[in-house]
Amino acid sequence: MSAETLEKAIEKKPAEALFSKRRKKLVTDPLIDENPITIQVLGICSALAVTTQMKPTLVMAISVIFVVAMSNFVISLMRNTIPSRVRIIVQLAVVATLVTLVSELLKAFAYDMYKELSVFVGLIITNCIVMGRLEAFALGNKPYDSVLDGLGSALGYSWIILAVAFFRELWGSGAVFGIPVFEYVSSIFGPDFKLATNGLMVSPVGAFIILGLIIWVQRTKTGYVEH
Amino acid sequence: MQQSNAYIITFSVILTVILGLLLSGTSQVLGPMQKEAIALDKKKQILGAVISAEEIEAMTPAQINDYYSKRISSIVVDINGKEVTEDAGVPVTAETVDIAKNYKKPADQRLFPVFIFLGEGGSDDVESYIFPLYGAGLWDAIWGFIALDTDMNTVGGITLAHAGETPGLGARITEGGVQERYVGKKVFDESGKLVAVQMMKGEGKDYSDDPHKVDGMSGATITANGVNTMLKSYLGHYEAFIKEKSSSTAVAGL
Repeated sequence: MSAETLEKAIEKKPAEALFSKRRKKLVTDPLIDENPITIQVLGICSALAVTTQMKPTLVMAISVIFVVAMSNFVISLMRNTIPSRVRIIVQLAVVATLVTLVSELLKAFAYDMYKELSVFVGLIITNCIVMGRLEAFALGNKPYDSVLDGLGSALGYSWIILAVAFFRELWGSGAVFGIPVFEYVSSIFGPDFKLATNGLMVSPVGAFIILGLIIWVQRTKTGYVEH
Repeated sequence: MQQSNAYIITFSVILTVILGLLLSGTSQVLGPMQKEAIALDKKKQILGAVISAEEIEAMTPAQINDYYSKRISSIVVDINGKEVTEDAGVPVTAETVDIAKNYKKPADQRLFPVFIFLGEGGSDDVESYIFPLYGAGLWDAIWGFIALDTDMNTVGGITLAHAGETPGLGARITEGGVQERYVGKKVFDESGKLVAVQMMKGEGKDYSDDPHKVDGMSGATITANGVNTMLKSYLGHYEAFIKEKSSSTAVAGL
């Protein structure tokens, strides 16, 4: 497996810089070139569900970053002790515990967000990005690298859902982070001028359209083709 | 590497115990804070029926608790409008009555909390009565609070919430714009019969001259029907209490 050879290569030169080129790539690759949503098309379900407004999307993004990075870290720490026959259920147990922690914290400190997101925070467990990174990376790599890898994938997920949420909230509700942008813009052009919002953007269909456009633009620029 | 069954079982047991301890520990530590958050949320919903969402948003949790304790007094009544002070020997307060649990009982065995919104003047200066609502939407439970002015007929305000209505469609019942449609409507007709307020099918019509109808939500007729049923049934449960209050104010008015 390529992951194993990678690890051997690291062992030869133990004093690798904390932010060496290879490690930077772990974080930056999933942002564009290996983006979990636009290239791997993972985690679509929550990308559609939570992105009507920026604020819950941001909370969701932070939760996913926490869960992916932490589960990568924990699984990577245990990678040599996990029995391979039950590794999936072990991963699931760790991820589920972390997700429950996030959910409980939200319930205690941000109850309004909890009400809005509770179902979707719970569904982070089934977000393919999490288990995907555990299987593909954390099981074969050292903890620090795994955290970086998790951060990269989660950030790649985050910026896409934030971008989708930005357009959906702007066009659907005429606001950004709850600030009524459309009202301000309309007032510049006089009392009779009113920017219309589009109800389609508020429904999940809007997310499909925005996401499709983002994928289209990105693949046109990078020349990526499915194989 | 193939591990022995004993190893796998030991590993699983240890992992389960560690994760279990971690989770129960968290729940123990965060439990009181969560309870507070839930209680605060309920207060916000109750106050939402009488003051605007922006005002509530601007208040800190401490201010909300303070405002609530000053301006809201509460009693619990039964289906006949008689005050209930204890349930099976345990004293009851309106704040601790679980509407959802009571909903499962037959109506004549339920406890019905009433929240009384007081003016600045104190306990004699009642501004409105707030009644909880609970029912079924399209996918899951819906609930809320409705405030009636002291004439026991005019809707002073309503808050609605839901567990899982469709975002952008039925979930719009939580929006201020939808809830404002109820303000000023009447729940009894001229002959004193309870008709509640109906949310109509379709959106964009003007019902301002009909005191018992409000504009609907496009694409969310089943949720609207759920709201209608909920309003009618809960106002029905409180009818005895409402009638008693309205007759006593009528006497006081003479």
